Amino acid sequence: MNKSFLKVVTFVVAISSVIGFSSSSVLSDDLKVALAAEPTSMDPHYQNLTINNSFATQVYNALVLQDVNQKLLPGLAKSWKPIDELTWEFKLRPGVKFHNGAAFTSEDVTATMKRAANVPNSPSSFATFIKGKKFEIVDDLTIRISTKKPNPFIPNDMSRIAIIDSAFVNSTTEDFNTGVASFGTGPFKFSKWLPGDLIEIKRNNAYWGDKVKWDNIIIRPIKDGTTRTAALISGDVDFIERVPPSDLPNLEKRKGISVFKSVSNRSLYLTLHMTDNPRRPYTMDNNDKPIASPFQDVRMRKAVSLAINRQAISDRIMDGLSSPAGQFSPKGYIGYSPNLKPDVYNPKRAKELMAEAGYSDGFKLTIHGPAGRYTNDTRILEAIAQMLSSIGIQTSVETMPASVFFKRFARGGANKTPEFTVAMSGYANGSGEPSHPLRIFIHTKQKKRGYGPGNRNGYSNAEVDKLIEDGRASMDVSKGEKKFIKATEIAMREYALLPIHHVVATWAAREGITYEQGALDSTFLHFIR
Amino acid sequence: MSLIVFFMINFVGDPVDMLVNPESLPEEIERVRKDFGLDQPAHIQYWKFLQGAMNGNLGNSFIFGRPALALIVERFPATLELATCALIIAIIVGLPLGIFAGLKPNSFGTRIIMSSSVLGISIPTFWLGLMMIIVFSVILGWLPVSGRGEIGSFLGIQSSLFTYDGLLHLIMPATNLALFKIAMVIRLARAGTEEVMSFDFIKFARARGLPSKRIVRFHLLPNILIPIVTVLAIEFGTLIAFATVTETIFAWPGLGKLVIDAIINLDRPIVVAYLMFVVTLFLILNLIVDIMYAFLDPRVRVKGEDQ
Repeated sequence: MNKSFLKVVTFVVAISSVIGFSSSSVLSDDLKVALAAEPTSMDPHYQNLTINNSFATQVYNALVLQDVNQKLLPGLAKSWKPIDELTWEFKLRPGVKFHNGAAFTSEDVTATMKRAANVPNSPSSFATFIKGKKFEIVDDLTIRISTKKPNPFIPNDMSRIAIIDSAFVNSTTEDFNTGVASFGTGPFKFSKWLPGDLIEIKRNNAYWGDKVKWDNIIIRPIKDGTTRTAALISGDVDFIERVPPSDLPNLEKRKGISVFKSVSNRSLYLTLHMTDNPRRPYTMDNNDKPIASPFQDVRMRKAVSLAINRQAISDRIMDGLSSPAGQFSPKGYIGYSPNLKPDVYNPKRAKELMAEAGYSDGFKLTIHGPAGRYTNDTRILEAIAQMLSSIGIQTSVETMPASVFFKRFARGGANKTPEFTVAMSGYANGSGEPSHPLRIFIHTKQKKRGYGPGNRNGYSNAEVDKLIEDGRASMDVSKGEKKFIKATEIAMREYALLPIHHVVATWAAREGITYEQGALDSTFLHFIR
Repeated sequence: MSLIVFFMINFVGDPVDMLVNPESLPEEIERVRKDFGLDQPAHIQYWKFLQGAMNGNLGNSFIFGRPALALIVERFPATLELATCALIIAIIVGLPLGIFAGLKPNSFGTRIIMSSSVLGISIPTFWLGLMMIIVFSVILGWLPVSGRGEIGSFLGIQSSLFTYDGLLHLIMPATNLALFKIAMVIRLARAGTEEVMSFDFIKFARARGLPSKRIVRFHLLPNILIPIVTVLAIEFGTLIAFATVTETIFAWPGLGKLVIDAIINLDRPIVVAYLMFVVTLFLILNLIVDIMYAFLDPRVRVKGEDQ
């Protein structure tokens, strides 16, 4: 009898000590965050992937930082300037220490660049930002970066590489995952990572910049949107990203919860094939005979754009969580042109344009897109098909998993050319430099020079190409940006691509927490206050 | 088996499209293709895979850059504890209810048990999971929504079974996963009970005036257990292999999440290694079932000794 009583007592004590322990930790400023995905590694140089990069900014700093709209800010470099056409000089911030206490000097920069370009097994390395640049140490706090051709975007490239302590230049990715080597200079110190379960970071009290509010942050990956919302409402977590559109109205009405929304630079676009070389099998006349792509005629491309009711897509399909687009950049973002407005729905004018182009009888078209890759992608594609059918283009839709789509999209056709006539895909500028979408989608495809890797519809305009190349060769960034905006205006008026909308990014938190959001849809923990 | 899996998955898309950031230069795409051996024809890739497999190396994950088998083994304990708890819940709840239903086929209780078992079989797991979250976490606030909770260590084994917090986290996903199995155990136990109760030895036992408790425990139970053990052992395999939906909803850091992400992102080595792993698991479970027969059914044992 006595024995079992003792057992009960020890059990109760044990349990209450567990509870007591967990409740005492609530007293410090802790934050629990649920994100939709988790990084694939804690090694900041392992994979150039959005979630990895946004997490890396918490533990590490780059020479140059980006604000919420990807404007460049001084980071581990306190200033930078071109000293001639081919060379940039970076003045490093003095007195910065890594989390392990080592002082930050120019040695660390060169060591980082050596490592970041050559991480073994990397599924997408940072070599793109490092190759072709020469790094030269001038003194402990000065570094020069030179290239063979003028490159005004070296500061942008440098904003992508997390600086590590040179002592860990030979460390493996595993060393970073386990925390042996993960010492940065960032606002948080890495504490632990249990893959699939949680990441823990702690405040860096010696941070050189604005100190963060939280002592500890625990990040939990919760893939399912409804579960994420439930975790917030029940108080399991304090902050979530990507609120499912269907849960948003409820959260907004709910007491004790704040919701944050902002138009992101993540856009959805249609690409229309505009050459006849090679002919693609997805346009047919009304007798089912294959025809050359009607979209070689700019009037037909305009007709498609006018036939798409972007506002209806936003209201009915996206639950208001998209903003109709007429260019790559949302308002307030680099490369934005105030002269380009999204096309307003006008089916009458679209039909007139079709008649002018000689297609008054219409034709048959199959459009393609990924399923489950972008928010509501299949429903949007179906809506567009209906809208096109109503102006006389009998449109059918074919969707497929993203893994299948992207291969066919890039090289599923004859001789490994792109396969589709009309396809829908998404884009977000990761680099924060305005020529990025122009170089990838708009410039004539020139594989060797790295131009037009995403130009799958054969758009080519010598004037636009020249503007892009001139802008990219001008060391004066603001002069260059004017050229890029000009190039964007010409290309968008010729419907080189048809932007549909920018996605509205969402976050939610318990009352009292604020989040500073901008054009980026990934979550930056140091902006939570 | 490995041949089928390997070539099937080779037909789907191109992992390089899913891995390499589109802003990368063309050299980078070529480098990744070469580093991962994707520039080789499929049969050579398969040959290399077989060579590695002979040495216990099923290849490196494209995404994590670590051995696929190690990743699977790392995530396995979480899934194992979830599946084990689900199985235990299924037996503890299902067996008594099923026997009751078999003993008293016409009672009111049986009708309730049987109709709710129909619900258990027909309600989709994900919907029920979400409903459980809404009721027990959001409205009542009793249980945590997701994750594995605190992990304790006992005799060198790490599991959330050993902490109070971990147990709280385990209840909902395990029950969710168990629900379908509970319904199944009820049906098996009821069918078995009805059949066995009509046998002569039960009638004799009754005639000898044994109390019904004793009849159920020593005469009925061992006889209905054989089919239940067979089915449950195989079902245990499916619990582990297909806990995916439950794991996704409750953000349980087990195998399911790993595999779903691997399929979406075309991380071929993980998918192949996972299927190999599951096949092996089923083989082992079948072996265990055969051995357990010997314990449960004396006839199997006696036969062996006779020869």
